[in-house]
Amino acid sequence: MPRYFTEEHEWIEVDGDAATIGITDYAQEQLGDVVFVEVPQSGTMMTKGKEAAVVESVKAASDVYAPISGEVLEGNAALEDDPALVNTSPEEEGWFFKLTVADAGELDGLMDAAAYKAFCESL
Amino acid sequence: MNQINQSGWKPGTPVPADRGEEYPTVTGNKALMLEERLIFELGRTDTCGVDLPEPDPAAPNRLGKFARQQATGLPGLSEPETVRHYTRLSRQNYAIDLGLFPLGSCTMKHNPRLNEKVARMPGFADVHPLQPVDTVRGALGVINELAHWLIELTGMHGVAMTPKAGAHGELCGMLCIRAALEARGDARKVVLVPESAHGTNPATAAFAGYEVEDIPAAPDGRVDLAAMKARLGPDVAAVMITNPNTCGLFESEMKAISDAVHAAGGFVYCDGANFNAIMGRVRPGDLGIDAMHINLHKTFSTPHGGGGPGSGPVVLSEALCPYGPLPFTAKMPDGSIQLVEEENAAEHGHTETFGRMAAFHGQMGMFTRALTYILSHGADGLRQASGDAVLNANYLLRSLDDVFDAPFGDSGPCMHEALFSDHGFAEGMSTLDVAKGLIDEGFHPMTMYFPLVVHGAMLVEPTETESKAVLDQFIVAMRSLGERAKAGDEALKTAPHHAPRARLDEAQAARKPVLTYYTEV
Repeated sequence: MPRYFTEEHEWIEVDGDAATIGITDYAQEQLGDVVFVEVPQSGTMMTKGKEAAVVESVKAASDVYAPISGEVLEGNAALEDDPALVNTSPEEEGWFFKLTVADAGELDGLMDAAAYKAFCESL
Repeated sequence: MNQINQSGWKPGTPVPADRGEEYPTVTGNKALMLEERLIFELGRTDTCGVDLPEPDPAAPNRLGKFARQQATGLPGLSEPETVRHYTRLSRQNYAIDLGLFPLGSCTMKHNPRLNEKVARMPGFADVHPLQPVDTVRGALGVINELAHWLIELTGMHGVAMTPKAGAHGELCGMLCIRAALEARGDARKVVLVPESAHGTNPATAAFAGYEVEDIPAAPDGRVDLAAMKARLGPDVAAVMITNPNTCGLFESEMKAISDAVHAAGGFVYCDGANFNAIMGRVRPGDLGIDAMHINLHKTFSTPHGGGGPGSGPVVLSEALCPYGPLPFTAKMPDGSIQLVEEENAAEHGHTETFGRMAAFHGQMGMFTRALTYILSHGADGLRQASGDAVLNANYLLRSLDDVFDAPFGDSGPCMHEALFSDHGFAEGMSTLDVAKGLIDEGFHPMTMYFPLVVHGAMLVEPTETESKAVLDQFIVAMRSLGERAKAGDEALKTAPHHAPRARLDEAQAARKPVLTYYTEV
């Protein structure tokens, strides 16, 4: 399944009409120990580039932005009890939410894994 | 039942390797540094710390269904046991009265004792906000006098004295702006907040009902004027800008920013938390600002943190004054001071107020202290205070910028605070390690990981009340820690080694906080 990345350090994995979104390993490394995650409720309409979730670490509180527009299908309930999943498994078990892909064209501007790696190295 | 071994230490209790002691004590105490348990772990729940007479069995009990059914589980401690408990805890604390408190953006400066003397005068200390106005004319006079000087120092048109702290003042200013826009039937939706603003600014804008949009910082750490101008339009209600900003820099394009915002029909909110750097030198009113809060607990030396409440009066432009909150004081032609509230607002032509920020008049105890600070310094003294604050910060910046990376070191002199990054530290060494090392050196750590625009930020604000001798000692400590961080000194990773507690598990404390203590009784 294709995986894309944003300059705000979110990853998005597309599976047909649905997509899963989380923050990257680089992002969790920068944040430090994550202590709280607020994920959107299912049914929420997301607009590309707008705040979608909140992640708090011992260092900072940050917004997570919706990389594409769509309707939230599910938030990761596991993060409520165990926010540390974002640190231990950021790009697998620590996913934030799933949403419908409203406009596949919005994926065009995102980076692939190689481009994101180069982007992180340039920071 | 007071216990000698309050630390709970017993033979076999493992001691962390890095805290191994050459001369352990059985109590865990170290000379005058005493271990202390939680108050719930002291004393016994089945005793009372004071002797009360047995109740008269014939006396009527009127508690009825409110009579307590279960024991409270609170420990019975006598007065000396209680006093000692809190005094012992206080000895493990750090305070501005003990030493340099270099927290950037917090302005921890000396609280002059003259302020305290005045605030304790019975006429100020023992008044109640519901007293008849005729019995508190002096207190109202203090509020009015302080309001006058805040207007004078800022070059603004009026001031709302009631907000209780900086962020409360921000909300007051934004509510004024919203009221002004609504009064002209202009439903703007967006507030622009530069990256160099205080973190409370976007929170305030959102709380006041606006959508928040970021404006990037230019490479020199100031607002990107071109990016901001490009975003201005008929949907922008206001710009919230912190000046001097949280990178410690003066926004030198402030007038151009204000002019551009006004030309687009918006208002300019300035976070004046850092007014202590420009007091007596720049008047925000001359820069086109419409609303700005002043942290009395920072700029005007009133205590804050554990020492006292904040106070955040908001100075307002002529355009916003009609919408300011009630109550406020007004000086009448005969020299008397009136309190303007809902009942008499119309008499004073103040009919468009958005409401109240607080039940009463504001933080009276802070007003007396701030006015004392202003009057005891005089215009020349206030001017010198801001000059000395900037001088001290630049002395730190230039004494450390060869050891620590100063990301905006080339952006001209800093204002009240100096900003460093973790660039150049050895692999695995972090800003946190330097902060923990500072504890061993006897200083309170600086602000860390803020502002977010700088990686591993260390924000240091010495304030004007520190002597060169104190700053020199701090510089020696910081230079040593910087060298150790660059060299990858492993001992720094486990600092502090001399504090009563070392690396507490902050992540676990935030993830699984234990907020109540319950004893089985």
